[in-house]
Amino acid sequence: MSETTKAIPMASETSMAARFKRYGIWIVATIILLVAPYIFSSGASITTMCLMGIMIVFALSYNMLLGQTGMLSFGHAVYYGLAAFATAHMMNWVIKTGAPIPLPLIPLAGAAAGLFFGIVFGAVSTKRGGTAFAMISLGLGELVYSSSLILRSFFGGEEGISADRTKLLRFFGYNFGSQIQVYYLIAAWCLLCVILMYAITRTPLGRMCNAVRENPERVEFVGYNPQFVRFIAFALGGLFAGVAGSLAAINIELAQASFVGAAQSGAVLLAAYMGGVAFFVGPILGAIIVTLLSIKLSDFSEIWVLYFGILFITIILFAPYGLSGLLMMHAQFWRGPLSSRIARFGKLFGSYLVAAIPALIMILGAILLIEMIHHIVQKSAEGPMMHFLRSSRFTVNTHTALPWVGGIVALIGGFFAFRMTWPVVAKAWNNALADAQRSGA
Amino acid sequence: MAELIIISTLNGVLYGLLLFLMASGLTLIFSMMGVLNFAHASFYMLGAFLGYQISQWAGFVPALILAPLIAGGLGALIERFGLRTVHKHGHVAELLFTFGLAFIIEEIVQMIWGKLAMDYRIPSWLDFPAFTVYATNYPAYKTFMLVFSILIFIGLILLLTRTRAGLIIQASLTHPNMVGMLGHNVPRVFMMVFGLGTALAAIAGVIAGAAFVTQSNMAALLGPILFVVVVVGGLGSLWGAFVASLLIGLLQTFAIASDWSLSKFFGSAFSPTRGTLLFDIWTVTIAQIGPILPYLLLVLVLIFRPTGLFGTRDT
Repeated sequence: MSETTKAIPMASETSMAARFKRYGIWIVATIILLVAPYIFSSGASITTMCLMGIMIVFALSYNMLLGQTGMLSFGHAVYYGLAAFATAHMMNWVIKTGAPIPLPLIPLAGAAAGLFFGIVFGAVSTKRGGTAFAMISLGLGELVYSSSLILRSFFGGEEGISADRTKLLRFFGYNFGSQIQVYYLIAAWCLLCVILMYAITRTPLGRMCNAVRENPERVEFVGYNPQFVRFIAFALGGLFAGVAGSLAAINIELAQASFVGAAQSGAVLLAAYMGGVAFFVGPILGAIIVTLLSIKLSDFSEIWVLYFGILFITIILFAPYGLSGLLMMHAQFWRGPLSSRIARFGKLFGSYLVAAIPALIMILGAILLIEMIHHIVQKSAEGPMMHFLRSSRFTVNTHTALPWVGGIVALIGGFFAFRMTWPVVAKAWNNALADAQRSGA
Repeated sequence: MAELIIISTLNGVLYGLLLFLMASGLTLIFSMMGVLNFAHASFYMLGAFLGYQISQWAGFVPALILAPLIAGGLGALIERFGLRTVHKHGHVAELLFTFGLAFIIEEIVQMIWGKLAMDYRIPSWLDFPAFTVYATNYPAYKTFMLVFSILIFIGLILLLTRTRAGLIIQASLTHPNMVGMLGHNVPRVFMMVFGLGTALAAIAGVIAGAAFVTQSNMAALLGPILFVVVVVGGLGSLWGAFVASLLIGLLQTFAIASDWSLSKFFGSAFSPTRGTLLFDIWTVTIAQIGPILPYLLLVLVLIFRPTGLFGTRDT
């Protein structure tokens, strides 16, 4: 995490090109958000994109703590969930009193709730950093989750608090009954929050947060109070988590106790870390991928959570800067004339392809073995035949030796073949590096 | 009333000792490597499931010996090939590694044994009432658990203070570089301690699994309480972990036996309207808030003594 947010270069010149460099990315983001529903127009994909938008805000708010300030929280869902409940209550109050508040303004209530609880719990938990902070956030998360079963009037017990989003004041004639209208509501709030959170990283406060992450002792010498910087970052993280929770409550018109639970806190941690906490775009990438995986993987396997966990561990072991870190490692090759860039990347990706084939064989072998063990242990009643990854074409007889031997051979053989490709990739990498340095000089 | 107090005290001490079996390993590992092992409760669960499986095949005594050995060996391997690899990426990566590990262990346990509770019973030769307090029979198995935990506790103290290995461990806690200079293999000491800590958790799992419920969510239920114990006791303090374990054990056991609430205490002097937040708070019994008491204790301790009861380190 020594690298700071370099995703978007800072421009101090005021020339047209510099201005485009500075604001162009946001214009592009706006256009993508506007046209995405026309490209992925099925109902399921619009629902998925709504979830992604919520997760992007949530993961970025989480990264204000972990990536920017170095606070590892295991209870970030508290602010998300409590804001969702506050939103549901707020919506019901607006419907009951007929107050002239349209739905697009409701996330402000979530932001206020997130900020409020961020201040209250932050005052207790940011007294200490490091491991102690992580444990306190976990304890607070459990405290709130357990309280949700006791304080039934606020949390609504098992069924939660529901609120009908269409009953509010109409907003320019839209009542937000259809999912596409909700998509644009979420997209607008998502873009706003992303811009704000990016802006915060460029302020002196954002820089002090990074300083606290790197060396709190020195921050103290400079004359700042690291506890207070942590507290501010925590409260702001709560605010944006509140917006995310609020959007989630609007999206499914319901706030449930599971919103504040450990699983939700774990999900945002996975999203942020898999995407990479060292870069601003990391959590955005992570949110998109984790949302997609958690929806798609369950189509293929019952034990998808296991694969998810293994993927997470793999990233921690081999790519500690996450997926965005892997991408950013390639930024150094992007220099020189365009044709040489393309040739350079062509050679590099060619070597990746060589490594990917045995890696894929190894992974498929492992999955086959895991699925067969799962089938034998858990579903012996269904007989020996197993549909591999729920496909009707690949049927495997788990009582014969062939698939077991095949799985083991694929796993071990794939691994050794994969290892043999490592020098190839390393060589291609070094060549590309030397080439890029030559053309850059 | 006296009967209730005696039984609750016995149960509370028992629960506290079980917590300490786990917290001691956790806090030892923390003081050594600076890593709070998130997957520690998962080794407790692994102990319970392995104990169940082995006692199905070979009986309870082999389970009590083999299950901790297997779990401890697994823990040592994970330290050697997992944690040591992530170590260079810093503490956050290490903590997250154990977090992911907890996730995977739960999934694997679910994959092998399913989500339902196991039929893990106490051995028949320990299934009789040991003694009677007023009218309540106290089961022999719980007495066995008490005695066994105390024996392990004494053994741990003797190991740490009276043996050569224990002295090296203690020295590695404070001066790992110096111990390395003197020719000891410090990484191996770390691996051993990790294995020992996870084996202790697995012992707790084997003996507690038979008395309570053995299910794949048991790690997720117990894990947070374990962290409360080590934070309340003071991170890295073995004595603190001991006191905090007993404190939380007694607190939760007495809470469950109590049906007091504010409305019962004040009688009909004040009655809030049903369905409001105040009504919820007014009528909730102490037994109902039992599960959140450890976390309340955590918050209180952090406000008034941020380093924990016996803690000195501010990490």
